[in-house]
Amino acid sequence: MPKLYSGAEIVFKCLEDQGVSHIFGYPGGAVLPIYDELKNFNSIKHILVRHEQGAGHAAEGYARSTGKPGVLLVTSGPGATNAVTALTDAYMDSVPLVCITGQVPTHLIGTDAFQECDTTGITRPCTKHNWLVKDINDLSEIMHKAFEVATTGRPGPVLVDIPKDIQFQKTKYKNYRKVKKLNGKSHDNFSQKNIDELIKLISKAKKPIFYTGGGVINSGPKASELLRELVYATGFPITSTLQGLGCFPADDNQFLGMLGMHGTYEANNAMYSCDLMINIGARFDDRITGKIDEFSPKSKKVHIDIDPSSINKNVKVDLPIVGDIKSVLTSALKTLKKSKKNFSKSNKHQISNWWEKIQKWRSKRSLDYIGSEETIKPQYAIERLYELTKDKDTYITTEVGQHQMWAAQHYKFNKPNRWMTSGGLGTMGYGLPAAVGVQIAHPKKLVVDIAGEASVLMTMQEMSTAVQYNLPIKIFILNNEYMGMVRQWQELLHDKNYSESYTAALPDFVKMAEAYGCVGIRAKTPEELDDKIIEMLNTDRPVIFDCLVDKQENCFPMIPSGKPHNQMLLGPKDQKDKKITGKGRTLV
Amino acid sequence: MASSKSAYSIAGKKQKNDTHIIVVWVDNEAGVLARVVGLFSGRGYNIESLAVAEVDQKENISRITIVTTGTPQVVDQIKLQLKKLVPVHKVADFKREDKNVIFKEMALFKFVANSEKLIKAFKACKNFNPVVLDETKKSKVIQITALRREIDKMSKNLTKFGLVSVSRTGAVAMTRGSDVFK
Repeated sequence: MPKLYSGAEIVFKCLEDQGVSHIFGYPGGAVLPIYDELKNFNSIKHILVRHEQGAGHAAEGYARSTGKPGVLLVTSGPGATNAVTALTDAYMDSVPLVCITGQVPTHLIGTDAFQECDTTGITRPCTKHNWLVKDINDLSEIMHKAFEVATTGRPGPVLVDIPKDIQFQKTKYKNYRKVKKLNGKSHDNFSQKNIDELIKLISKAKKPIFYTGGGVINSGPKASELLRELVYATGFPITSTLQGLGCFPADDNQFLGMLGMHGTYEANNAMYSCDLMINIGARFDDRITGKIDEFSPKSKKVHIDIDPSSINKNVKVDLPIVGDIKSVLTSALKTLKKSKKNFSKSNKHQISNWWEKIQKWRSKRSLDYIGSEETIKPQYAIERLYELTKDKDTYITTEVGQHQMWAAQHYKFNKPNRWMTSGGLGTMGYGLPAAVGVQIAHPKKLVVDIAGEASVLMTMQEMSTAVQYNLPIKIFILNNEYMGMVRQWQELLHDKNYSESYTAALPDFVKMAEAYGCVGIRAKTPEELDDKIIEMLNTDRPVIFDCLVDKQENCFPMIPSGKPHNQMLLGPKDQKDKKITGKGRTLV
Repeated sequence: MASSKSAYSIAGKKQKNDTHIIVVWVDNEAGVLARVVGLFSGRGYNIESLAVAEVDQKENISRITIVTTGTPQVVDQIKLQLKKLVPVHKVADFKREDKNVIFKEMALFKFVANSEKLIKAFKACKNFNPVVLDETKKSKVIQITALRREIDKMSKNLTKFGLVSVSRTGAVAMTRGSDVFK
């Protein structure tokens, strides 16, 4: 007679088989049997968060920084609903998460029992797939399939809802065997013909550009290596979306910086004027394209993506290539090397005019700002943070808002998986718990959450988690006392009616740090900034760094009023000549 | 173009909508219809009619037939998004004008009237394979199979013969000839 295992045991056996080492969670009535079993599985460490949303973002930070799926375990009802924001966030940014929720016992489902909610119903639109386990004999198969769905193709969150009685019931454990085919959902679906066509376009282009996104990072570190190889082999310029930062070194001359609403002048103008756009793992998001009718009007567009539904969703493309970035780039490089030896040299002349044009755009120095001796400019704070941390292998998370854009513009990433930010959903409060997850995955590395004071207050409770597990995360708050991005839009679009965007009664962040049992540091002037940052870096404990910055600073450049890429608004110097007045001041 | 203070782009020109019949083969499991229908409502696609039933008991496969309208781009998205759902096996898409595909809907009409009108009612249905399912002195239940617009027209025209109740299915579809959609 084979050994019988309870549902709770099976959950952990599956996690063990999947190589899970950490789960983020919060106990409650409907998951108690699972929590009871935790002590018997030493290879799995549970991280107790302070709110289920925190568990979700921590798992996201863990997943984005490692490439492995993040796992969270929460209870039924409010536990599940609190996790919904994080699941949606992961869905939008293609982060692999496995969320295990408790559910009321099967015989009580549908009776409005205590802490019951329709978890699979609520999370259906924000997961790749979800399961309600109604039969103990299905549990192990569902658990393994959950991991498979979360991590294959375009990654994303999944949810397994396990009623409490199922957690107690016993059955045999079915070993993990890899399913051959996931209902016909293939991933690589391109042919050599596609690749030949791509190489043909590459060899003919006079004004080419690579436009890369988070798909490169999701395809694994090898994809970033291949991308670099391809970019060097062609000599083409490259720009990246917010999520793609790090897959190509930001300090390389071929890198034009981030594109889109707050992207650089050279990147956006190059996107507008190019004759060949090669989109690798990006999705033509509305923050990227600006006015869609006038998006890059004269270019041939190539779109390499693992998700067929991303193709032609927002922008019609000429050559779609559906496949894993890693395998597409491998084929492309192989073909390029075979058919065109020393392409970057032989092609140099053909694209030299294009590079001259780009240099001209570059000379606008669109990320410049007016410095100050009295107040800390937020851009300056990030520049200094970068200079003082660039020699370490630093992981950066952010919240959402102006600070996020400044971080994307001024912090230079050279490696993939070092940049964790909420792009698609734009979840304020993402960065702090994400930093917790990153630090769990990389205990010896420097992890900094570049934060705004408004965002960070949304999940501030997770400082307790950081303190409990001795996670020396650094919360670097650019404190301007405003919801800065809201304030900026109100200034530019709503006649400076700063409706509810000023936060009165902010806490004293230094005292708050002390209350949590970590370290608080405050920087007030540019002069003392460096010393304070160094003090932060030398502290081997969690730190809340309250950096008091210019309250009025706006994030430039930007694409205003439903305009195309070639009509950007530059910083304050430029604005004097090109003042935006009157109607039609729509952002993107 | 209207000016707006929104952070989003202004909607572009509307393209022409076509009617398509989407056929989806799915695992017959709990919640699968909600996934398909939720995809439509969540992404703002139309559903004109919907028919669903299990077609393969051994393999546990249901066939969902959805009539929808949308621009070519939207219809493409519908297919691609459907194919991403885990329980979906395959998706077929036919234009309503497609000559190679048969579309049929079924309707049940209940008439309450005198015998003269009831006879006229049955005659009026004669082009649409009428079957009398129930009959009394004062009433008749007639089943017809026809196209959507034909049923629309019929249910309007038959009121004069004492039509009191209409129940109808969504469209189902099948290709002509020996070809089978794979």
